[in-house]
Amino acid sequence: MAINITMPALSPTMEEGTLAKWLVKPGDTVSSGDVIAEIETDKATMEVEAVDEGTVAKILVEAGTEGVKVNSVIALLAEEGEDADNLEAPASAPPAESKSAEPEAEEADTAPEKATDVKDTKGAPPPEPDAKNGTGGSFGGSHVATELASTPMKLAPVGSGSDRIKASPLARRIAAIRGIELSTIKGSGPHGRIVRKDVEGAKPGQAKAATGAPVAPDGLILPQVLDDRVYAPDSYELKPLDGMRKTVAKRLTTSFMQVPHFPLNVDIKLDKLLAARSGINEAAPEGVKISVNDMLIKASAMALMAEPECNASYTDNGIAYHKSAHVSVAVAIEGGLITPVIFDAQSKGLATISEEMKDLATRARDRKLKPQEYTGGTFSISNLGMFGIKSFASIINQPEGMILSVGAGEKRAVVNAKGDIVAATVMTVTLTCDHRVIGGAEGARWLQAFKRYVESPESMLL
Amino acid sequence: MADYDLIVIGSGPGGYVAAIRAAQLGMKTAIVERDSLGGICLNWGCIPTKALLRSAEVLHLAKNAKDFGLKIDKIDFDLDAVVKRSRNVAKQLSTGVTHLMKKNKIDVIMGEASLKKGKPAPTVVVKDKDGKSKDYQAKHVMLATGARARSIPQAGLEPDGKLIWTYREAMVPDVTPKKLLVIGSGAIGIEFASFYNELGSDVTVVEALDRILPVEDEEISTMARKQFEKQGLKFHTGAQVKSLKKAKDSVTAEVSVGGKTESIEADRVILAIGIVGNVENLGLEELGVKIEKTHVVVDGFGRTGVPGLYAIGDLTGPPWLAHKASHEGVICVEGIAGANTAHPFDASNVPGCTYSHPQVASVGLTEAKAKQAGHKVKVGKFPFIGNGKAIALGAGDGMIKTIFDEKTGELLGAHMIGAEVTELIQGYVIAREGELTEAELMHTIFPHPTLSEMMHESVLAAYGKVLHM
Repeated sequence: MAINITMPALSPTMEEGTLAKWLVKPGDTVSSGDVIAEIETDKATMEVEAVDEGTVAKILVEAGTEGVKVNSVIALLAEEGEDADNLEAPASAPPAESKSAEPEAEEADTAPEKATDVKDTKGAPPPEPDAKNGTGGSFGGSHVATELASTPMKLAPVGSGSDRIKASPLARRIAAIRGIELSTIKGSGPHGRIVRKDVEGAKPGQAKAATGAPVAPDGLILPQVLDDRVYAPDSYELKPLDGMRKTVAKRLTTSFMQVPHFPLNVDIKLDKLLAARSGINEAAPEGVKISVNDMLIKASAMALMAEPECNASYTDNGIAYHKSAHVSVAVAIEGGLITPVIFDAQSKGLATISEEMKDLATRARDRKLKPQEYTGGTFSISNLGMFGIKSFASIINQPEGMILSVGAGEKRAVVNAKGDIVAATVMTVTLTCDHRVIGGAEGARWLQAFKRYVESPESMLL
Repeated sequence: MADYDLIVIGSGPGGYVAAIRAAQLGMKTAIVERDSLGGICLNWGCIPTKALLRSAEVLHLAKNAKDFGLKIDKIDFDLDAVVKRSRNVAKQLSTGVTHLMKKNKIDVIMGEASLKKGKPAPTVVVKDKDGKSKDYQAKHVMLATGARARSIPQAGLEPDGKLIWTYREAMVPDVTPKKLLVIGSGAIGIEFASFYNELGSDVTVVEALDRILPVEDEEISTMARKQFEKQGLKFHTGAQVKSLKKAKDSVTAEVSVGGKTESIEADRVILAIGIVGNVENLGLEELGVKIEKTHVVVDGFGRTGVPGLYAIGDLTGPPWLAHKASHEGVICVEGIAGANTAHPFDASNVPGCTYSHPQVASVGLTEAKAKQAGHKVKVGKFPFIGNGKAIALGAGDGMIKTIFDEKTGELLGAHMIGAEVTELIQGYVIAREGELTEAELMHTIFPHPTLSEMMHESVLAAYGKVLHM
């Protein structure tokens, strides 16, 4: 029997992804652990490794196909001794070939037509939540190595609505083949169930337009399109949204709408920290070079330990106080933004933090981060100092409770304790807080602690 | 002022079921019947023939008792007793319908009904057995007058009740014909052929089309023919009966087969050459009801186009099946009541059953029709010989065939031949109604040991995953 290679779930919440690239072609021999494909998820490009050995018999989903459902069969592997040419693709679990979905002629069906003029047959009850939704086409365990993202915090993912769609298996299958979004269709079956004829009456194109823009779970966001009368279509270049852009748009919109943000800012003198950094780097072995940012990561983590009520996440079930400081660091990359996490930063030395950060940033730019490397943070830092930005207030990276925006360190005239005006290196940092979990006083206390660590870096050694 | 919300004309499985549903929905309902409650189905069709075929089945088992390690020395049957049992079964069920009408407070009006112009629906005139007429006015009138055997007098294909029978005489025989000619190999013809063959008649079946059970899948037709021939039945397919000449106690049929004419002599002839709707003497022409080929034309909710007048069941055309009539009756009433469960009739999901030995059952498209309709198909077949229960029953002949659309996994059709398949087919009907694909059917657990396991295997076979073959 042929071995099905299925679309792996690269994170617990992943439903679909883009099959970015095939690294093997039919006829290639693979053994367990070989990288066979690259999959672009909402945040990163991931490598897919083979679990079984065999010969690649058929590639069922072309490279570049978007919206490939998790667990759908993407390729077939022939085992030793099997004729790769004679393998048949399983008819179940078809990939979501939105690109190649051919519109079919609408089938003549006289019955529904006659139904339309019958009085009072409307008024079917609204759709009910379906207990089992969308499991059709699953072929058991994935045959591809998938390291599921670890989720240290059991937090409800934001924006996962409970509005499940009731549809017949056949309707789901046809919708998948034709690239129709079931949520755009009204069901005419019992209890509002979507049945075959509902899907066959729907047009794939129309459905796509309706689902292109990210939509807030509460439906407050209006479709975002440019009015042709105002912005002539040839006056701009339209770049399709990739998975990362969609996710960034969705997550930040949701956060900005759901979370009551408030900013606190404070000026922090950097001279001692800079001096300490020079000293450390001079004493450090070859290859180790601590950055200011590395030290700010460490200081943040220490401050979180000092003010544990700030290391918190809002959940519907209660406030989650995290026991460890997992610091997400915003890294700008081509086409978006990603926040790799330095886990347990409070207990890591600067050399370790620096080394990890370099590795994470490099792999982030190549979109090679694993989901568990960019999820699970408890606090974020975003630094735009290198661009000379004086101060800014970032949007909370949910479900984290706070994000620190770091401005440029610059020489400023400050008044010292004696009342003299002196030059000092100063930066302005802004702490954006989720007011549902952090009050002004808590935020302020955290900033005090942070300021203390930065202005007296030796206290981090305590 | 209307006397009733709904008057149903005809109390067959279409009419009486519709009346019950109407009563459930709070309508004041009456039903008109000229003969016996339950109509042809209960009294002269489905039910009494099943009773006869059961006798034939028991006889068959007794004849083959030694296959089961049993010894029965003298096997004989009493035709009168067989017929009497069949009549008693029919009577019991007709009485049951009487109770159902009473329980649901439905007025039963005995007599012959016709219609005349009225408001808001046509007025129903009922003439009782004494010839007295009475008018009844209802808001809605449903015609459920059914159908009867077709005859072609020009070719002598006309029942006389003595030598040339319809189902009606065939059901209450006074003798077991030595030689029997059955004209028509649809469900009715085949069931009687099977019954009389078991009783010892020398049976010949003539079919105008090129195969028996012509509405079934071709492969099933072929298998059925082989099994019947093994039992001694003779078939002439692609054959036309040109004339029937009656002698004193025999009939000679001139049959043309492939350009040649052949004479077939028989003691009795059963006409099973189709069905015509009971559209006459109802006053339909005057009301402007549209009739095509002896059937009333209706939409998916049984509406005739004449305000307040509906028609359901055999009267509205094929398939002429009791369950189709019941279903249409319910749909029609729910449409009238505006119930939110109302949905139009879908002819594509009506199962068909033939209770011969072996049984035949099917739903949906045949393989040929599926291909004609442009489907790329996946076909699964599983033989009875691979099923433990079938072997234990001593019923290793048969097959279950399933046809799927390759692209969508839709179950396009299912076709079965063998023991008890008429009891199995509903599983696939549910699958089709629920729009299940091969995936759900494969995931379904079928109990062991049952014949139903073959339904699973057939699906698995369509996808190259068959287990017991």
